[in-house]
Amino acid sequence: MADITADGYSPARDEEDEAQDKALTTADGTPLKISLRRSQARQRRRAFYLVAPLLAFLVVTFGWPIAQMTFRSIHNPEVANYLPETSAAIADWSGDDVPDEEVFAAMARDMKTGVEDRTIGRAAARINREIPGARSLVMSTARDVEEMSPPYRDAFLAEDEDWADLEFWRLIKRETRILTPAYYLLALDFEYNTRGEIVERPEVYQVYRLLFWRTAWMSMAITGLCILLGYPIAHLLATLPLRKSNLLMILVLLPFWTSLLVRTSAWIVLLQQQGVINDLLVWANIVGDDGRVRMIYNQIGTIIAMTHILLPFMILPLYSVMKTIPPSYMRAARSLGATQFTAFTKIYMPLTIPGLAAGVLLVFILAIGYYITPALVGGESGIFISNLIAQNMQGSSAQLKLASALATILLVAVLVFYWLFNKLIGVDRLKFG
Amino acid sequence: MKRILPILAATALIPAAALAAEGDQLTIVSWGGAYTNSQVKAYHEPYSEKTGTEIFNEDKSANALAGIRSQVEAGNVTWDVVDMLQADAQRACDEGLIMRIPHDEWLAPGPDGAKPTDDFIEGTLGECFVPQILYATMFAYNTDAFPDGGPKTVKDIWDLEKFPGTRALQKIPQKNLEWALIADGVPADEVYDVLETREGQDRAFAKLDEIKDNVIWWSEGAQPPQMLADEEAVIATAYNGRIFNAQVNEDQPFKIMWDHQMFEVDGWVVPVDQGDDNLKLIKDYLYFATDTQRLADQAKYISYAPARKSSVPEVGMLEGTEIDMKPHMPTNPENFKTAVQFNTEFWADYGDQLEERFNAWLAQ
Repeated sequence: MADITADGYSPARDEEDEAQDKALTTADGTPLKISLRRSQARQRRRAFYLVAPLLAFLVVTFGWPIAQMTFRSIHNPEVANYLPETSAAIADWSGDDVPDEEVFAAMARDMKTGVEDRTIGRAAARINREIPGARSLVMSTARDVEEMSPPYRDAFLAEDEDWADLEFWRLIKRETRILTPAYYLLALDFEYNTRGEIVERPEVYQVYRLLFWRTAWMSMAITGLCILLGYPIAHLLATLPLRKSNLLMILVLLPFWTSLLVRTSAWIVLLQQQGVINDLLVWANIVGDDGRVRMIYNQIGTIIAMTHILLPFMILPLYSVMKTIPPSYMRAARSLGATQFTAFTKIYMPLTIPGLAAGVLLVFILAIGYYITPALVGGESGIFISNLIAQNMQGSSAQLKLASALATILLVAVLVFYWLFNKLIGVDRLKFG
Repeated sequence: MKRILPILAATALIPAAALAAEGDQLTIVSWGGAYTNSQVKAYHEPYSEKTGTEIFNEDKSANALAGIRSQVEAGNVTWDVVDMLQADAQRACDEGLIMRIPHDEWLAPGPDGAKPTDDFIEGTLGECFVPQILYATMFAYNTDAFPDGGPKTVKDIWDLEKFPGTRALQKIPQKNLEWALIADGVPADEVYDVLETREGQDRAFAKLDEIKDNVIWWSEGAQPPQMLADEEAVIATAYNGRIFNAQVNEDQPFKIMWDHQMFEVDGWVVPVDQGDDNLKLIKDYLYFATDTQRLADQAKYISYAPARKSSVPEVGMLEGTEIDMKPHMPTNPENFKTAVQFNTEFWADYGDQLEERFNAWLAQ
């Protein structure tokens, strides 16, 4: 809305002038102020109509999917929907002893409906996630439930003694909740134990906290490397004579315009054990043929390839800021007695902060959500959390809800980082190029 | 206006003409590569020729279960016939995602009139599943890497001193855990009992730990032959048909180690919520594509064993060559001596848990 007030109308002036304008009216007799407000409103409406398509587009393609994803991450309808009677009957169960006939009878009725509608497997799949083997217990009993007769408690226990397993019933009771934080617990390597307390998962299953941490520190490392490599280049670009700097700029932009996949595969060709760099090292007798260095399919591979790919996002904002710093500032500092170093740290560096900060923000946020490059060159030790999100969306054990929870955590982490950054540096000071 | 009118009329006719020419269409999901190719040659092309149906292939079988789940949940099923593993089909069937298939009603009888339920190999038919092939996953190696002879048993695969070099394994716990236990001395018929216990799982992962640093992982069936050819790996697990394809069509110096091959059934399923006309077409296709002759034909293009008993004697030469396919079948007695049947029921129960642990183990 900023451009609407740009025509010189501002609320502050409005109040100031109110006393003088009181008598002023337009040709048809309405007070000038009202007439002005009307035309303002018209303009505002017009402006809104102009952005409406974009707004609608954003809501449909961005807002709505994110809302859905967030909802999915806590939505837990399987047990409540597909075992409705059991869910109702088990509410009063104390959890200390095998449930009584009422619960078993409700389970039998749910199974009959579930077999008919072919939905029993969905409830079984949900339970099986927590108790391996529960799927076949539910499915095999469900197949025979038609021939069973009351009392169902005895019939079930005769069918399979695992029906006396309290863990199983406690799980069902817990999972009757339509909304659950269980997927967030999983996403942070916690889980419910059989008594419903939140505990850390066994070590062999812990992976997500490690991956969040790895994503964070590797993104920081990549951002740091981008600063180290990008700052001098940006400085060179900003200070070289135009003809040379243009050539250099093309060298920066050309890879920027090249497809991500092409650049990533180029790194594979260069870095792999049978690749160009290793061949050169072997040829120069620096390493033996059986001592080829492993530079890819690990963390080094991810860091090298991603630094290269994200470097332009650091160079371009830095360059645009450095371009505006008059060289005379440095000369003035020098003539006032500052050493080259002091002049740089006291004068030049602070002036480049808006560009540096913009570069850091861009590179870091892009890095923590990166998927394709770590997937291709990261092997196992160099993958990011986004790769695990993808993993949870594929294959026969896909856990879309866990993936949603992980993605939501990642989104929140980005927002928190942005907020922190804004507090510390002020996003309105940034210059993106 | 006079000039414009014919143009308008013509443009109006185009969609109508296009629609008329379109006719029946089927979207068939499979595994891609040499495998889809064998289906195209043996099933799709003859079927299209006979009926004029247009067939679209999608290579999405690696994610078939998740794909069908999300299509059914969203109420927008676009896949007509899906090629799936038996274990996944069992789960999809339990969850009501795919149709129950009355085999005797939908499928063609054997040439001697045998009911389909009698003609397919025992244990391969599923409630919602029509098997096509038996295939094996086993170890294969590049003979160039082992001039003095390659590994002969699963134990040898774990012997990094005698057989140094990178191993390429599939990035799933299935089969890798079984082989790890076998290499650790567990008899093949006890593998699944051991793997049900926490100690057994620990033991399998500990055994995999021994070679973890020498393993690269593959996820698509086309990768292992490529990895062996590029010498990225010297030993790889692979589907037997892919290795056969590389040996014969690409002349690669690969050798299959049949010791403790794990065989498994692969076949067709039909996602639920199909329209009536579409279902008729699907049934017609399945009747055609799973008859004795078609299943035997597929073995002309890839070395997987047909799932019908009546197809086995029909298996002949590799198309366009004099290579007898029988010795390359996983069911050939010589290859089948120590074969282990992949336990779909076990993996339906323990798959979630072990996959989670496997993924955590990989990333740690």
